[in-house]
Amino acid sequence: MRFVDEFRDADKAHALAARITELCEPGQRYKFMEVCGGHTHTIYKHGLEDYLPEAITLVHGPGCPVCVIPMGRVDDAIHLASEPDTIMTSFGDMMRVPGSQGSFFDAKAAGTDIRMVYSPLDSLKIAKQNPDKRVVFMAIGFETTTPSTAMTVLRAKAMGLENFSVFCNHVTIIPAIKAILDSPDLRLDGFIGPGHVSTVIGCRPYEFIASSYGKPVVVAGFEPLDILQSIYMLMLQLSEGRSEVENQYTRVVPWDGNLAALTAINEVMELRPYFEWRGLGFITHSAMRLREGFRAFDAEVLFGVPGVRVADPKACQCGEVLKGVLKPWECKVFGTACTPETPIGTCMVSPEGACAAYYNYGRMNRRRVVEVELTRP
Amino acid sequence: MTGRGTNWVDEALREHEEHAAAEEAAARNADAGDAGAGDAGGAARAAGRDATPSDREQQVLDRIDRARRRRPRIREERITMSHGAGGKASRTLVEAVFLDAFRNPLLEPLEDAAQLQVGGARLALTTDTYVVSPLFFPGGNIGDLAVNGTVNDLAVSGATPLYLSAGFVLEEGFGVADLTTIVASMTAAAEAAGVQVVTGDTKVVERGKADGCYINTAGVGVVEHHLALGAATARPGDAVIVSGPVGDHGVTIMLARGELDIEADLTSDTAAMNGMIAGLLEAVPGVRAMRDATRGGVATILNEVAVAAGVGVLVEEDQIPVRTQVRGAAELLGIDPMYVASEGRMVAVVDGGQADDALAALRAHPLGEQAAIIGHITADQPGIVLLKTAFGGTRIVDLLVGDPLPRIC
Amino acid sequence: MCLGIPGEVVEFLPDQPDLARVDVSGVRRVINIGLLADDPPEPGEWVLIHVGFALSKIDEGEAAAALEFLEGIGQAYADELAALAESRIE
Repeated sequence: MRFVDEFRDADKAHALAARITELCEPGQRYKFMEVCGGHTHTIYKHGLEDYLPEAITLVHGPGCPVCVIPMGRVDDAIHLASEPDTIMTSFGDMMRVPGSQGSFFDAKAAGTDIRMVYSPLDSLKIAKQNPDKRVVFMAIGFETTTPSTAMTVLRAKAMGLENFSVFCNHVTIIPAIKAILDSPDLRLDGFIGPGHVSTVIGCRPYEFIASSYGKPVVVAGFEPLDILQSIYMLMLQLSEGRSEVENQYTRVVPWDGNLAALTAINEVMELRPYFEWRGLGFITHSAMRLREGFRAFDAEVLFGVPGVRVADPKACQCGEVLKGVLKPWECKVFGTACTPETPIGTCMVSPEGACAAYYNYGRMNRRRVVEVELTRP
Repeated sequence: MTGRGTNWVDEALREHEEHAAAEEAAARNADAGDAGAGDAGGAARAAGRDATPSDREQQVLDRIDRARRRRPRIREERITMSHGAGGKASRTLVEAVFLDAFRNPLLEPLEDAAQLQVGGARLALTTDTYVVSPLFFPGGNIGDLAVNGTVNDLAVSGATPLYLSAGFVLEEGFGVADLTTIVASMTAAAEAAGVQVVTGDTKVVERGKADGCYINTAGVGVVEHHLALGAATARPGDAVIVSGPVGDHGVTIMLARGELDIEADLTSDTAAMNGMIAGLLEAVPGVRAMRDATRGGVATILNEVAVAAGVGVLVEEDQIPVRTQVRGAAELLGIDPMYVASEGRMVAVVDGGQADDALAALRAHPLGEQAAIIGHITADQPGIVLLKTAFGGTRIVDLLVGDPLPRIC
Repeated sequence: MCLGIPGEVVEFLPDQPDLARVDVSGVRRVINIGLLADDPPEPGEWVLIHVGFALSKIDEGEAAAALEFLEGIGQAYADELAALAESRIE
């Protein structure tokens, strides 16, 4: 597959791994955080950590938009789906997220009409085919996905659809990163920036991380060589005493982002004053809702939701895992009470959650790829 | 309403605390038992206190391993689509409900067919129900799927397939012409496989049930060789072979549903493998086990072997044959071809020294032209399937929890 | 969720300027290219696809440059390995 296979080449990985190892100062340890579920997934799926020296640890941040949805919001969604003559459409990743009374999957088994879709546009098709039902799309995702929902709402308006609405749970990445940076628990040396979010927002929004917090940022692609190269670029910055924002994913990410996407978001949505993130608490200006002019497509406004705040189960340490303070296996209930079949928290439910990725892919004796020491004369 | 009370978390925690307490007590008793012979338990506990991060991680991995070996329990109050996916939930359902109730030594191996002694003959008996949607798809329909599927279950169990039964549940309003087409396909498939449909049944249910047509087939065959086949016989050094590119059927069905607006030039790989398998068994006495790679895909079979035989399995990603288009569709949908069903492919575990002969025997048959050795059985990390990725790193291949592709067979 | 796949634009749909058919390893799907309205892709160009929308064009020049960099690192590494191996032969 073009633009995929070339970036999975094992030989080039060896070379990068050697370079990365060379840049490690003896006795020093390095911690880099990635804030994108897709990166977490790639790292584990390809066994990328096998190429990294012991000195480097990768930490997984709150980059999985499914993982950060509080249980109360899942309950709200199920409430909407359970209304008479309602069809809820949702991405597959949401289906197993536990609310306080069970997941979408459980609701479906009990008779609620919840359907998996690949694209928000598929909901429009379903709405057209079922004029006597209401179709509610469960909208989730960071800025990567927000423009798609916005475009779908605009299209629904253009089509004059009257039975389509959106339950908007889109969140924004920068406030989450800021919450991590301000957290006293964490010492990070740099960030692997979210590649696909950046195709929309560009690279500029990360500049405060480099300038105000002095941490290097490299916006990374999603193939294993992309991530390995990004780590190399971070180590290079550290060794040269720089802290800048760099773009490794230049083949896809424009420095200024996608203006059409940002315009669509801005036309349809606005920032909520605050929003609750699972594990991180309430964060201001961190999530989107539909603007007044699009009320007709806002399920929350049209139909109302209970809006009950549900506290995470006491045993759940998702918050600390999402902040990168705990590794998945350090959570007290990891793998025993909390497994992919019986997920207590969202880190385990979403296939991109750190706990699920580790449980499904990384739960093994690590075998480091043999590195060759290149001694310099 | 959704069938799970609010205290399911507390329940799960309590259950694990009970188990952990039981394990501690057992460990303490064992310690008391060999207090004279050295304090292994004490050493382990001391290690827990002074452990390095990787020791602590290993302790967690061990704890998880013990948790996974526990007797499965059904937690849900209702059946969900996961229970039909062929992954973890299906397994739990089978073990906790069916195996528990019917418990007998003939059922316990849970292989693709049961091995029976009747009079002096060794017979194999299998059954399958087909609920595929849509009923007609590129490469076949529910009819030939049913015949081939049952023939294959008998063949991978080492039996020569002989006789099939066919039970139909038809929805009121289903077209007779469609039914005739399906049955004609079954006739052709049965002829090609050298079997006969000798008994059957028909029921009709009201409009809205049975989604057109469901078919159940049972099959009986005779076992004429003297091999002891079974996943539990796999041992370190054995080779793992797949008979051809995987995932064609599952992806074809997914695309044929038309919900995804994806077009591809793919057809189902449904085929009767008894001819190919007979050739393999004749040429290679060292076949340990064979499995039909249907629901759950290759990954599920590898896990079953690892657990049944208490061995490790190591496979190489770039050795697993997958058609380009199946790969493309899978990437687009975010699913892994290792978990996608085929209906004319099998996985064989074969004595390492005879792997090349096995490959040659498979490749000599049209269905096995692209057969490949994808990995080996190891003594490392028993019960776990490891994948060496094309990138060079290693990761686990676990059973799936949910269902990426519902109702594909 | 961040799932973005590269696909090649094959053709536009006749009366729907916002839609294009893309090819991913021989598999085709119609996607919405409305987010690239400022600089629409031509057939033969590659785009990044996410949940049925094209988010960005794939810049082949940059891709080639990225690969060249990786090749370079790979080659330098291979050269050094060779040098190391040679230097062991005493």
